[in-house]
Amino acid sequence: MFSDFSAAELTAIFAMQGFAGLILFAVFVLMALGLAIIFGQMGVINMAHGEFMILGAYVTYMTSNLFANHFPELFGSYFLFAIVLAFFAAALLGVIVEWGLIRFLYHRPLDTLLATWGLSLILQQAYRSIFGAREVGVVIPDWLMGSYQLTDMIEVPINGLFVMALAVLATVTVAVLMYRSRWGKQVRAVVQNRDMAGAVGINTARVDRLTFALGCGIAGVAGSAFTMIGSTGPSSGQLYIVDTFLVVVFGGAGSLFGTVASAFSISQSQSIMEFFMGGSMAKVLTLLVVVIILMFRPQGLFSLKVRR
Amino acid sequence: MSAAVLLSGISLTATANPSTAEVNTTGLAVTDNTVKVGILHSITGTMAISEEGSVQAEILAIEQINAMGGVLGRQIEYVQEDGASDWPTFADRANKLLRQDKVAAVFGCWTSASRKAVLPIFERNNGMLYYPTFYEGLEQSPNVIYTGQEATQQILAGLDWVSEDKGAKTFYLIGSDYIWPRTSNKIARTHIEQHLGGQVVGEDYFPLGHTSFNSVINRIRLRKPDVIFASVVGGSNVAFYRQLKAAGLDMTKEDFTLLTISVTEDEILGIGGDNIEGAYASMKYFQSLPNENNQAFVEAFKARWGADAVIGDVTQAAYLGPWLWKAAVEKAGSFDVDRVREASPGIELTTAPEGYVRIHENHHLWSKTRIGHAQRDGQFKVVYETEELMEPDPFPAGYQ
Repeated sequence: MFSDFSAAELTAIFAMQGFAGLILFAVFVLMALGLAIIFGQMGVINMAHGEFMILGAYVTYMTSNLFANHFPELFGSYFLFAIVLAFFAAALLGVIVEWGLIRFLYHRPLDTLLATWGLSLILQQAYRSIFGAREVGVVIPDWLMGSYQLTDMIEVPINGLFVMALAVLATVTVAVLMYRSRWGKQVRAVVQNRDMAGAVGINTARVDRLTFALGCGIAGVAGSAFTMIGSTGPSSGQLYIVDTFLVVVFGGAGSLFGTVASAFSISQSQSIMEFFMGGSMAKVLTLLVVVIILMFRPQGLFSLKVRR
Repeated sequence: MSAAVLLSGISLTATANPSTAEVNTTGLAVTDNTVKVGILHSITGTMAISEEGSVQAEILAIEQINAMGGVLGRQIEYVQEDGASDWPTFADRANKLLRQDKVAAVFGCWTSASRKAVLPIFERNNGMLYYPTFYEGLEQSPNVIYTGQEATQQILAGLDWVSEDKGAKTFYLIGSDYIWPRTSNKIARTHIEQHLGGQVVGEDYFPLGHTSFNSVINRIRLRKPDVIFASVVGGSNVAFYRQLKAAGLDMTKEDFTLLTISVTEDEILGIGGDNIEGAYASMKYFQSLPNENNQAFVEAFKARWGADAVIGDVTQAAYLGPWLWKAAVEKAGSFDVDRVREASPGIELTTAPEGYVRIHENHHLWSKTRIGHAQRDGQFKVVYETEELMEPDPFPAGYQ
């Protein structure tokens, strides 16, 4: 399979595929980060994660329409506003959902699966009623289009670089919040022992609500970023949910580092294999490898050590 | 003769209605004043996006026929069922429409999987299905009229055109990973290699819903094909065309030709006209067709479903269903499925938005194939059409 290409071409292939893999990595991180926080820290399996992402995408779509109609001279910068709005819209919905649904289910993790699955169906139907069944597209500002020429053979798409920057920013923010802030310390305490955390004066209900809102908000940011790559329809969220769970479970639920590492290994192997074997075959092989590794390491690549 | 019948629908209502006992000997839901038909599409689930247009077109056709006086003097009532993008549900609903509602005909299905699921039910209960989607062929049923194109009609003319007009020699085939793109590419490959003297330099498939096409774009850059022949479906298209453009493979510069058999005006809503500008599509219908039939159709469609509505190839094919059924029923002088089936071959529609169609013995339509050039506003400009109607050939010899 290498013989079809010259040495120079192979170098370029690996460089470009490595880069394509990095972009895919950024996408995976953005998808999985919110889910990992909610699943890992709170034990809630959020089947509606994809729908929170799509909310972010629809907010971006509405923002782009708003700017196109009312502030055409500022259109180039609408994306930055859209990301912030997407975060807050999804986080707000997250607060409402946590308050109305999730908080009653903290001691019944399997029921959260069912409840959030129902929620995802409701949200899909709501999007369909509000925005229509057809997919909508967002106009991308010119500065995000095109690609950056590194060498004769190697080009890097600019929107890929943007998604990467966004993923790095989101990861760093979450890491700082989790490991450097007072709130992060409280979250980690609640994860390790909810009752004891409550006993020492941590408002566990508030911590839960903020954590859930943060996870949903990041999903909204991911959805906003996806409008540059994919389409936005009422059921588009379903497309990403399997990959997202794969990344989180493979990385070891609850470990931020595990999520990043797992996203990196899956995306790189997928990307390199894709070039030589085609898209479908690469996907099958990736899944197979993940399944085999999980057979020997069911807790995932990295997992929290918790005294039980 | 049948065209005359169709055009003179109004005068027909003047004649006395034939008695129900005479036109319905098999217990269908036909009364002295009404006849019941079924509409069976997904209005929920992942396929709702595509099937919404078909439902709208079928309802519009039924309403127009009713306004003209109906069929054999009977107003059409429709029962709409939701296949919910789920093939067993399609089978279940088809059963209900045929056995419980006793409908005289069903207009519906979109994916091949849903058609295959309902096929045995239509054959067992002797129902009549009008199926609107362009599809892979390799099928023919006495109980189905296929109003979209089968694979050879759509592909061969498109490849001939790109070979002649653009002098294309090397082709890169890319599609979603299921039966329709794979069968289509098989036919395309055979035609390229054995009839056009060209070469296939790559063939790639991606899972449904895939959104990362950087790898195949890198391969395309290295292989530099004259033509990218694309049959990517659904939401993946958005990712594909955006990434193609972001990677600097600009279709407006004509360095290469992208020929798609899967992007209609509907998909462009999601892709964005600026991302697909310059691509070519091989279809039998485009919303921009300049003929009078089509202008009336587009006007009526927008009046009924809103000025923002767009009409793709499948939507038009769905619109043909009720009209073809009406023509066949009137030619047969009966709603009985056996007699409608016998009357069907040779039925022609001079009022079809695509221009003119005729039903072949094999239950597919003779139709023209056209090449549309995608414009920035999301519409296609027709740059070529076959002079003659293409004969449908669902079992192409030498292509399988």
